[in-house]
Amino acid sequence: MAGSCDYCDKEAKVHLTQLVGGQVKKVALCDSCAAEKGVTDPTGFALAALLGGESAPAPGPTPKPSSGGSRSCPGCGFTLDDLKRIRRFGCSRCYETFREEVSRMLSGMHKGVQHCGKVPEGLMEQFQRNKRLEDLRQRLEHAIDAENYEEAAGLRDEIRRLDSQEAEAGSD
Amino acid sequence: MMRFSTLVKHPADWMVGRDADDGVVLTSRIRLARNLDGVSFPGWATKEQRIETLGTLRPAVEGLDCMKEPFSQELEDLSSVQKQVLVERHLISREHAARSEGSAAVIERRQSIAIMLNEEDHLRMQSIRPGLMLGDAYAAVSEVDDQLADQLEYAFDPELGYLTTCPTNLGTGLRGSAMLHLPGLVLSDQIGQVLQAVNKIGLAVRGIFGEGTESLGNLFQISNQSTLGESEETILRRLDRVISQVATHERNARDKLMEDDPDMVCDKIGRAYGVLRHAWVIDSKEALNHLSLLRLGGDLGFFDDEVVSLCDALLMDIQPAHLQMHKGGSLGPEERDAIRAEIVRSRLQCLGHPDSHTAKTRNGGEEPPPDLGIA
Ligand SMILES: [Zn+2]
Ligand SMILES: [Zn+2]
Repeated sequence: MAGSCDYCDKEAKVHLTQLVGGQVKKVALCDSCAAEKGVTDPTGFALAALLGGESAPAPGPTPKPSSGGSRSCPGCGFTLDDLKRIRRFGCSRCYETFREEVSRMLSGMHKGVQHCGKVPEGLMEQFQRNKRLEDLRQRLEHAIDAENYEEAAGLRDEIRRLDSQEAEAGSD
Repeated sequence: MMRFSTLVKHPADWMVGRDADDGVVLTSRIRLARNLDGVSFPGWATKEQRIETLGTLRPAVEGLDCMKEPFSQELEDLSSVQKQVLVERHLISREHAARSEGSAAVIERRQSIAIMLNEEDHLRMQSIRPGLMLGDAYAAVSEVDDQLADQLEYAFDPELGYLTTCPTNLGTGLRGSAMLHLPGLVLSDQIGQVLQAVNKIGLAVRGIFGEGTESLGNLFQISNQSTLGESEETILRRLDRVISQVATHERNARDKLMEDDPDMVCDKIGRAYGVLRHAWVIDSKEALNHLSLLRLGGDLGFFDDEVVSLCDALLMDIQPAHLQMHKGGSLGPEERDAIRAEIVRSRLQCLGHPDSHTAKTRNGGEEPPPDLGIA
C-alpha cells in the first residue's frame, strides 16, 4: 500500500484500521513516527489515542501505559501481551490495570457495560453510598450550571457528610 | 467424605422425581462464577499458588450448609474414567476434567449442587433442577453464594460486577441454561426457524450430543450469553419466557404431527421400540436417536409415564465413561456397543408394546399454533 505518513512526508509503513466509536478509522505512519508514538504492535494499539482521545482515558489510579505491550499488572505480573494472546485476565486487579482495554473488549459483548445485579452483602452499603454520592455530585453540577446557589450549598453539605462517613467506614 | 462409587450409584435427584410437565424441558441449571480478590486466577496462577488458593476455598465450600458429608475430591485423585463420568453427568466441565493438582470438585450428595474449585474461575458453583425451574435453581445457588461471601473476599467492582477470568462472564457471572427435548420441532422441520429466533434474542443454542450442527437425540441447550448490564432477575425472566415459548411450540408440533400424520409417528416410535428392545449391538448415535423417539412416545401416551425418566436415565448411562464404569474396565468400541445394547435391553425388559390407542392429543389441535413472537 503506497502513500505517505499522516504525520510527516515519509513513506508510510504502518497502517492501522480500527473501529473507534462505531466508525472505521485509518491511520498511516512511517517507521520513525510509528516508533515515536509507541506503535510497536498495530493489533494492540489504541487508535483512539492517536486520533486525539476519542475514547476517554481511564480515570483513577491506572498506571499510564508506557508503550504498547510492556505494561503489567502489579498484582500478578500479567502483561498486555498476555491479554492479547489469551483474551483472559490474570487476576482481579488486572481489570484496574487494563481498564481501557477492558472497556474496548466489552463493547458489544453484553447487554450493557454497567453491572446492575447482585452485590456481595458487605459491599452493598458502600456501593449504595457511592451511588448516592455520584448522584449528588451530578445534581450539584446542574445546580451550579443553573446558578441555583442555595441548592448547591445544601448539596455540598450532604456530599461532605457522606464523604466523612466513607472515611470512617474505610478506617476500620 | 462420600466415595465416588456411592455418589454415582444413584441417579441424581434432578434425573428422577420430575413434575408433570417434564416432557419437553429435562433440566434447569444455574452456574455462578466467583473469584477471590487479588489472587491470581487459576489459569494464570502457578501450581503452588493454585494449591494455596485451594486451601482457602475448600474448607469454606465443604462447610456450606448444603454440603453434609459431600463428595469432595481433588481432580488429581480421580481416574480419567471417573472424571469423565462426572462430565457426562454435567457435574464438572470438560475443562475441569483436564485439570489435576490444585483443582477440586465438591458435590452435594444428591448431586443438585456441584462446585468446581479452581476451574477457569476460582469458584464455579452450579445448581441443577428437574424441569423448567430456573428460579428455584438460582435461589439455591445464590444461597450458597451468600454463605461463601461471608467467609471469602470476592473480587467485585461496582461497575463491572463480579470479576471473572474471561470478560464474557463479567457482571452477574451467571449462566442459566435448560436442556430441552425437541423431537416434534425436528420431525416437522421447524427446528431451524425456532432456534434462529432464539439466537436472535441473544440466547445461545447448541445440541447436547453430537458435533457441529448435528444434534443427536433431539436434545438442545438454551442459555444466556450476556452477563453484564442486566440483573439476574431480568436475565432469568427472559430465559424462562423464551424456553416456555419454545416448549409450547414443541407441544404444538407434537399435537400437529399426531393429527396430520399419526401413522408416521406410530411407525417411528414402534421401530424405535423394536430396535431398542431387541438390538444386540448398538452404537451411541443409533441409541440416542431411538431413545429420543421412545421418550416422545412416553410423553404422547404410547407407554406408561415412567418411560420418560427411564429414557433420561439411559441417556446418561449409555455414554462411554458410564459404560466403562459399569463394566469396570476399559472397553473397545465393539464391546462398548454390545454392552450398551445389553443395558438398554435389560432396562426396557418390562416395557409393554407401544399402544397408539392410549396416545393423547392435548388440545384438540384445531387452532393454528399461536404467534409467540419469537418465530
Ligand atoms: Zn512519519
Ligand atoms: Zn493481575
